Amino acid sequence: MASDNDNGSLDNSTALPIHISSLTKKYGDLYALDSVDLEIKSGEFLTLLGPSGSGKTTLLMAIAGFNRPDSGSIRFGDQEVILTPPHQRNVGMVFQSYALFPHMTVAGNVAFPLKLRGIGAQECEQRVAEALETVQLSGLGERGIDQLSGGQRQRVALARAFVFGPRILLMDEPLSALDKKLRERMQIELKILHRKLGVTTVYVTHDQREALTMSDRIAVINHGRLAQVDTPEVIYNHPANAFVADFIGESTMLPLDQDQAGNLHYKGSTIARKPPGDDADGWSLVVRPEHLSIMADPKTDNDKTIVFRGKVVETVFQGETAFSIIAIDDQTELQIRFGTGSKAKSGYPQSGADVSVGLGRDDVIVIPGDQRQ
Amino acid sequence: MSWWTRPASDTQVTHGDRFWLYVVASVIMLLLVLPTFIVIPMSFSDSQYLEFPPSNWSTRWYEVYLGSTKWMRATATSVQVGIITMLVATPLGTMAAYALFVSGHRAAKALFMFLITPMIVPVILIAIGTFYAYGRMGLNNTITGLVLAHTAMAIPLVMIVITAALRSYDLNQERVARSLGATRLKAFFLITLPQIKFSVVTTALLSFLTSFDEVIIAIFVSGGVNATLTKHMFAALRDFIDPTIAAISTIMVLVSTILLLMTQFIGVKEK
Repeated sequence: MASDNDNGSLDNSTALPIHISSLTKKYGDLYALDSVDLEIKSGEFLTLLGPSGSGKTTLLMAIAGFNRPDSGSIRFGDQEVILTPPHQRNVGMVFQSYALFPHMTVAGNVAFPLKLRGIGAQECEQRVAEALETVQLSGLGERGIDQLSGGQRQRVALARAFVFGPRILLMDEPLSALDKKLRERMQIELKILHRKLGVTTVYVTHDQREALTMSDRIAVINHGRLAQVDTPEVIYNHPANAFVADFIGESTMLPLDQDQAGNLHYKGSTIARKPPGDDADGWSLVVRPEHLSIMADPKTDNDKTIVFRGKVVETVFQGETAFSIIAIDDQTELQIRFGTGSKAKSGYPQSGADVSVGLGRDDVIVIPGDQRQ
Repeated sequence: MSWWTRPASDTQVTHGDRFWLYVVASVIMLLLVLPTFIVIPMSFSDSQYLEFPPSNWSTRWYEVYLGSTKWMRATATSVQVGIITMLVATPLGTMAAYALFVSGHRAAKALFMFLITPMIVPVILIAIGTFYAYGRMGLNNTITGLVLAHTAMAIPLVMIVITAALRSYDLNQERVARSLGATRLKAFFLITLPQIKFSVVTTALLSFLTSFDEVIIAIFVSGGVNATLTKHMFAALRDFIDPTIAAISTIMVLVSTILLLMTQFIGVKEK
């Protein structure tokens, strides 16, 4: 696993940590990056996740050296690189468009960074062959780029990015041009490749599922600020704020009322105690569809379960899962997700039916902020 | 099914339906090339005067042209100015097009428009302006003056062709090259240039032609030993019309056609 050595040295380790502090970049009046602090550990796979325009690509390009931030610092290990031009940063990079050189063969593409470093023909050839083997393209070195499939192009772009042994690898939505099946397979392959190379990897995507699948840690970014940086499990199960809760996974947010004793309520049900040491304006309950279950007969709250009553608006079958939309009042709808197959034979709730929906108290997620309009 | 009722394309439009289009297109093409084709037989006339159709055939006017020091010197000037213009305008225009394409600065568009104005402003205005400006600078009747004026005329062409080429090129390739260790200059020469090279060659040929065919500016700012072929032809037309002009025109048509065909051929190759 990633080492916690934050002073990361330039010795012969295979990866470098990246220290980013107070990084700011403005385009006109708009903050693309607003004083971003981020510690990327040596060897870790960190994903920058955010909607388009959130600043994730700006941050990646700043690390690569293609845009110069207005202020702040980026250090690779203990070396400040903010003024270092891209070609001296020794960073492997994979673009969404692959950006393979069409006037060169596969081997020519992969050899490009080696030739720039003056590596002799024989070693060059050997390293290209090794890199192509790593991405399972052995024997395709003499092919032209236009003779490759999308997935093969992706692998060439990867091989080219790591063949010269960079200690940092940057990827800008590298899988988004592939179809779903191939994309999911490449996600696993990239993860395996990352483990093999042990190189610090910064990955940009807007696809939360991809981020959850691949990352050691996820940095959720919005409006040029980091909304939360943590492991996929923590990001998903303990979102720090409404943006993260809403952006990662599906959720409904219910505004909570606070009493004198520090308890939070929703429509008379006691949900939780106010989290200590945090004094927000308001609090919301995050309800995820997979945390809910339909209760056999009408019940009320108890030690283990919070119960919502509502009417089924619609039930939708989606293959591996199905979900129902349940209106618990005029303005609020909950979604509940079920497994399908033999277990679900008892049938799904019919639209129009009155149901009781249970939320286990272990699954209660309370975030600061009150979405009440 | 006869040709007349066969579909002309994937649609159901037949050649018959389209017949009017073929007629119009043929007439237009004829009007465009006819003047050129009339000159060619006239150049092979035996007559003292421009005559069509010629009553007797000969190549005497080609001999006159090739044997005349005056015509030969003018031809040398034209070729020399054309080549230097090509060598100056191609890199300058390519660099300008690249810079404006890559910069994304808000002034880039305005600057682009500014640099292609020589294409929009009537050439006679440029010629008059250049003449007076050169008068003060002592550049009239010099090769340098001609090259500068022709370069200004050729740069817009270069910029338009190169910008079009860059549009269909993924600039991320250059970024990748830089991340892989290439300086910006190396990235341009190793990655970008090889992919737009046919457009660059095309613009070089077009630059040469722009200069070689140019007459209006040449009339004003070239003269004496540095008068261009076109200027001499224009003067000859005014002073003594003889079929030498037709012979030279034919040769120029041939040169231009060959160069244009080359650009077409190159253009196809880049696709």
